[in-house]
Amino acid sequence: MTLLQTPVAPEKRSQARDEGKLEKATARRNRRTYLALLLPGLLGLLVSFVFPLAYMVRMSFNQGSPDGVIVETFTLDTYIQPLTDPYYWRVTLDTFQMGVTVGILCVLVSYPVALFLARSTSKWRGLLIAIAIAPLLTSAVVRTYGWMVILGTNGLINSSLDGLGLIDTPLKLTNNMTGVAIGLVEIFMPYAILAMISGFGRLSPQLEEAAGSLGASKFKVFTRVTLPLCLPGLLTAFLLVFVLSISTFITPRLLGGGSVQVLATEIYDQTTGLLNWPFAAALSVILLVLFGLIIAVYQRLTKKIGG
Amino acid sequence: MSDVKVFKPRFNPAKPAFGLLVFLLYLFLLAPLLIVFVVSFASNQYLSFPPEGLTLKWYEMLPQESTFMEGMKVSLIVAVIVTLIVLALGVPAALALDRFDFKAKAAVQSFFLSPLLIPSIVLALGMVLLFGPLELNNTYAGIIIGHVAITIPFVIRTTLMSLATTDTSCEAAARILGAGSWTVFRRVTLPIIQPGVIAGGVIAFIVSFDEAVISLFVAESGLPTLPVQVLRYVENSADAAVAALSVILILISLAVVVVVERVMGLRKALR
Repeated sequence: MTLLQTPVAPEKRSQARDEGKLEKATARRNRRTYLALLLPGLLGLLVSFVFPLAYMVRMSFNQGSPDGVIVETFTLDTYIQPLTDPYYWRVTLDTFQMGVTVGILCVLVSYPVALFLARSTSKWRGLLIAIAIAPLLTSAVVRTYGWMVILGTNGLINSSLDGLGLIDTPLKLTNNMTGVAIGLVEIFMPYAILAMISGFGRLSPQLEEAAGSLGASKFKVFTRVTLPLCLPGLLTAFLLVFVLSISTFITPRLLGGGSVQVLATEIYDQTTGLLNWPFAAALSVILLVLFGLIIAVYQRLTKKIGG
Repeated sequence: MSDVKVFKPRFNPAKPAFGLLVFLLYLFLLAPLLIVFVVSFASNQYLSFPPEGLTLKWYEMLPQESTFMEGMKVSLIVAVIVTLIVLALGVPAALALDRFDFKAKAAVQSFFLSPLLIPSIVLALGMVLLFGPLELNNTYAGIIIGHVAITIPFVIRTTLMSLATTDTSCEAAARILGAGSWTVFRRVTLPIIQPGVIAGGVIAFIVSFDEAVISLFVAESGLPTLPVQVLRYVENSADAAVAALSVILILISLAVVVVVERVMGLRKALR
């Protein structure tokens, strides 16, 4: 708002004093304006974001009971129970393992695409980037359904292999972790590609050419020049996919078919099935803490890369 | 550069191999969307491969599936209202964040973008808990409030992106010529930031329209949205009836993708 600060005429001191007053007045008016502009949005987030989270954290210290009645109290039982029960350690560990597996596989399959897009000088580049990230805006339910069609007992893969006479009994690709992992790798690919393209800023064909003309083999150029330059982008993509995987619900629910238990499905089962609200709240807080730790690392890394 | 003779390297077998790899990975990325198209036109009574013939019966069945039509109605109403609300909340906030200087600016901006950093299952649980005593579960108001949090960051981000690329001189000129703040906003600023507002609006619409987790927690029993209906259906049977519906959902997403790509570029908007 440079216009509002009227230039000070140096030759007249009294006028300058008036200008000072004027500036203060406009500053006050500015303050009113931006507060008025921000207020609706802040209130909206307060109601739809801060209150629910705060209420949930408070709820996690209450006492639940099997019939869904919530006892208002302040207890750490809801936290002690999952932290001492080996079942919940198992679930947390499985969640972590799924996150790591999906993260690594997703980076592996996204890297060639991102590398291709980062280097491409084709006039189709824009379109190809759009196609690679467009699935982000399609429904997770629909994409998971697509994977059920591909991986199911009568699905594309099993029917094809059976038709070719390669298998007698259908491969078990759904209702287990394999199916969930395949689905998640594909579903998070656009995120990984997006993070990689942004992270490959320092990659330049000149550097690779220079290494090549100095006598490095293709393989050496890749391992000594290309890959190290891509590393920050690959790492941020991995962390992003990791945090998205450990908190995702739809895909483990549908492709897991009830036999894959991760933190997100456990939270759902605790609420709708068992009506143990405080316990579900405590599990959510645990997930949130795990999530927050990794996000903090992620943001620090992206800041380093950006700066 | 055009008249410089381009040096043509010898045939390098690694290049087509890499091209093929990228093509296959694209195929993998688009596989679930493509397969849904195929299945939706296949005449097989039960889900199986290969398709026995072509048919439109799954599409013809859709209007008779009352659960899907009800869900579609709920989702459309929610998505339209959510879009209007977040535009009304988000665009002014983005304006304040770009055009004014104040102390906590960076913190306020992070706050506006932070709902994207919270797992939706956690938000969903918080909402169902809070809405219980307020009697907002299974109401339109409940779902809409739930969706505001997760869509506002998109509107803020795209509007900020548009604001950042414009200079303020047009607004200054309008003000010198005597236009009031509202006139300046409506006649100068808004046309300039229109791409960001449109992109943010349509992204908010599709995110709300496709959102399943919050809707599932807040309104599964009383007011199921379309994604919740699809989720329930798919949980019980993976037959082809839902494929036709999925194709329609994909086409709606595609329309959004095209709009965003045209007005500001998908990559910029989703970053």
